[in-house]
Amino acid sequence: MRYTINFKLNGEEMSTEVDPSWTLLYFLREVLGLKGTKEGCGMGECGACTVQINGKAVLSCIYPVMEIEGKEVWTIEGLAQSSEALHPLQRAFIEHGAIQCGFCTPGMIMSAKALLEENPSPTEEEIKEAIAGNICRCTGYVQIIEAIKYAAEERHGSKE
Amino acid sequence: MEVKNKEELEQFAVVGKPIPKRDAYYKATGQAFYIQDVTLPGMLYGKILWSQYPHARIVNIDTSKAKRLPGVKAVITGYDVPEFRFGFLKDNMPLKKNKVVTLRDEIAAVAATDPDIAEEAISLIKVDYEPLPAVFDPIEAMQEGAPLIHEERGTNVLPLPWKLKVGDVEEAKKRSAYIVSDRFKTTWVTHCCMGTSGCVAYFDPQGNLIMYANTQIPYLAQRDFQEFLNVLGLGDKRVRVIQPYIGGGFGSKLDTYPYEYIAILLAWLTKRPVKILFTREEEFKYTSPRQPTIIEITQGCDKEGRLTFREVHMILDNGGRTSWGATTPSVMMMPISSLYRVPNVFYRATCVYTNNTYCQAMRGYGNPQATWAIECSMDELAEEAGIDPMEFRLINANQPGEITPQNFRVSSCALKECIEEVGRLLEWKEKRGKQRDKARGVGMASLIHVGGGARVYRSDGCGTIIKIDDFGKVQVFTGATDIGQGADTVIAQVVAEELGVPIDDVTVIWNDTDICPWDVGVHASRTTFIACHSALGAARKIKEKILQLASLILGVSEKELKIKNGLIFSEKDASKNIPLTKLLRNIHYKTQGTMMMAEYFYDPDTEMYDKEFKGNFSKAYAYGTHGVEVEVDKETGKVKILKYVAVHDVGKAINPMLIKGQIYGGAVMGMGFALTEEMIFRQGELMNPNFRDYKILTAKDVPPIEAVLIEPWEETGPYGAKGIGEPGCVPSAPAIANAIYDAIGVRIKELPITPEKILKALKEKEKG
Repeated sequence: MRYTINFKLNGEEMSTEVDPSWTLLYFLREVLGLKGTKEGCGMGECGACTVQINGKAVLSCIYPVMEIEGKEVWTIEGLAQSSEALHPLQRAFIEHGAIQCGFCTPGMIMSAKALLEENPSPTEEEIKEAIAGNICRCTGYVQIIEAIKYAAEERHGSKE
Repeated sequence: MEVKNKEELEQFAVVGKPIPKRDAYYKATGQAFYIQDVTLPGMLYGKILWSQYPHARIVNIDTSKAKRLPGVKAVITGYDVPEFRFGFLKDNMPLKKNKVVTLRDEIAAVAATDPDIAEEAISLIKVDYEPLPAVFDPIEAMQEGAPLIHEERGTNVLPLPWKLKVGDVEEAKKRSAYIVSDRFKTTWVTHCCMGTSGCVAYFDPQGNLIMYANTQIPYLAQRDFQEFLNVLGLGDKRVRVIQPYIGGGFGSKLDTYPYEYIAILLAWLTKRPVKILFTREEEFKYTSPRQPTIIEITQGCDKEGRLTFREVHMILDNGGRTSWGATTPSVMMMPISSLYRVPNVFYRATCVYTNNTYCQAMRGYGNPQATWAIECSMDELAEEAGIDPMEFRLINANQPGEITPQNFRVSSCALKECIEEVGRLLEWKEKRGKQRDKARGVGMASLIHVGGGARVYRSDGCGTIIKIDDFGKVQVFTGATDIGQGADTVIAQVVAEELGVPIDDVTVIWNDTDICPWDVGVHASRTTFIACHSALGAARKIKEKILQLASLILGVSEKELKIKNGLIFSEKDASKNIPLTKLLRNIHYKTQGTMMMAEYFYDPDTEMYDKEFKGNFSKAYAYGTHGVEVEVDKETGKVKILKYVAVHDVGKAINPMLIKGQIYGGAVMGMGFALTEEMIFRQGELMNPNFRDYKILTAKDVPPIEAVLIEPWEETGPYGAKGIGEPGCVPSAPAIANAIYDAIGVRIKELPITPEKILKALKEKEKG
């Protein structure tokens, strides 16, 4: 049984048929082919699949696709796709050494984006809290935290 | 390369600069393509059935129901396919027959049109077992009458020769003023790569194998797979290994594994591409962790605090099969013989088969386990001798130019500076032994690691092909592999520096055995040193060609020509110049034109270990010291790290930002090894195969860390550099344990240092 749902994805209105058993992650990756969002565990424990729904960071691997009805979804593909016009967080991650293997990066950036939109000038503790559900095995988080701090300062609290 | 002075170093355009990782643009935009993202037309999904018993005879396998499930294209067991043995001791095979020896033994596999169908098919396979008595403790496994894991061997002790003897330890004991002896243990910890293991096997229309694999050893894997093709009767076919972006390595991908051979079998039988991708639970259960060890160490020193001997006996739980992990004692020898100056050394390691999971390489390759024991024991010996532990380490610190008991020829060595810098940053003299009233303490530990490659195979080589196109853009084809550490970037940096072109004009291509030249793999912290040397060799050759041509055109001697920002010019007369692009177009568009291309193979003139395990197996050695200040809650046993400093002798830092990334990442991995990480096995079964119960550190757990680079120019290195991939995780655990001892006067000897262990130790101390 398929149902039609209406939602906004990366700024565009969409209306599409989905199977209610799908997770949002499955829908994004396997149905829409948006492979930027990663699956690290499939159990909501690592944060690699983080996307933004109505501004909040959400684990798409345990989020039923039916729940996005009427909501606004942002994935990493919704941010800049070329080096010309990078989001401040993308630029900061690149320039501050916050990316090694990069598998956690899309989820990490989406968690940080949700944080900065809600709290434009977070403290270090607030940054750590916001990405506590995003596991990174390469970086030890130090340069990720630096990058988020830098992006926050650069943006001076401005919202998109 | 001659020693550079400060002014010369500052003149570098890109070497020594914090250049962002070259592929970070792909990764930050979600465009980087991992094995998870590889889909080929007509691709099938493979799934594996693992053993339900840690030790059992396989009586019968009934696959009939699975075969009848719609969507299933192949079901295979070890009885259906040609026998192929692989692994360091050839005791592994893709699918097991007759007997299983661990819960991760592969019994059967299916390929289906959909992962869910594959999963269902697996559940329809019925296996009858005859369970056998099992053994999970290596000491029990060595006893007479213990169940034999591989009966044909007649013993559970592996036939490996790990014994190092230098000088006379027994005689040195008699001369020692102070001796300490203790026993330390480490347990299983695992890599936790964020991208799980997987591959796609595909036979092209001519029957050649194309293998998409996130391997760390593309060219050795190519050879393993070729051997497998030979067994399948496809000896005339060819193997191409393509590496997508790799979601973390840390040593986990330094071997070929049953799942890869199974994917090849399924693709061969179905004539369709087959993908096998591990779930996170499978990643925890069925990949190979770090070896657990039981270490007995005895060390002595004279009245002045100079080490007189070090004696280490070690037992390693090998698990049921043998991967390269069984060779980690050969690397453990390095800190045992050569961390600090110690004239008399004895080391023996015994690897024992059990019915546990089998182990593999993990960052440091045995060094973290060995250094755990050595550096805890160093503190114990310092206390016995009544010498401050920092002072004790300084007395015994390695020095530039020394030759160690294993015949390592040390060139640059800044260990002394590392120790002193940690002392300064931690305010050691003010704090050590003076904060016990607050249950606070400071501790330190050092490391030695290979920093100039490691001749563990007959070759330690890496090839580079370099070409320059019509537009002055440089393509570098390297054998090296990037697992996130930055090989793509440092290679581009040294080539850009050497050729005098902007870094953005250099592209590094590394992921295809059909395109790139040979390399031995990304391991042993070797890539910066070896692959940059190789790239430099190729860059110099191509530069020579460029300057020869330019000299003809400009009518000046090659010797006075320089290249900067893509312009070739005479140093004597700047009006004599030609843009690189123009020169290159000229060489293509003329009669008897040529091609701007060069290749180079670099293999350092290092030595393999001889029969006594002696030999200079690396061109250079990396050192470092970590220092920690902790506070222990004596009510809960919880350890809080107040400050963490990691000072590393890295040679010249080609990219200080990426180096610090290696150090931070290594240190946090080391903290997990020290405090939280533990694979809990019961009767061979992993009880915590998920991130909820296997606790790697999160951003919230990370203490303030400072990474400091000490940069002695390493004369054997490319632009003075040494390797740094692994050292960051080596000394964390003993540094933390030593700080805990300083804080509360108890020494935890078994990793991880959990609150329970601390409370128990405190209780025992109270009882006296």
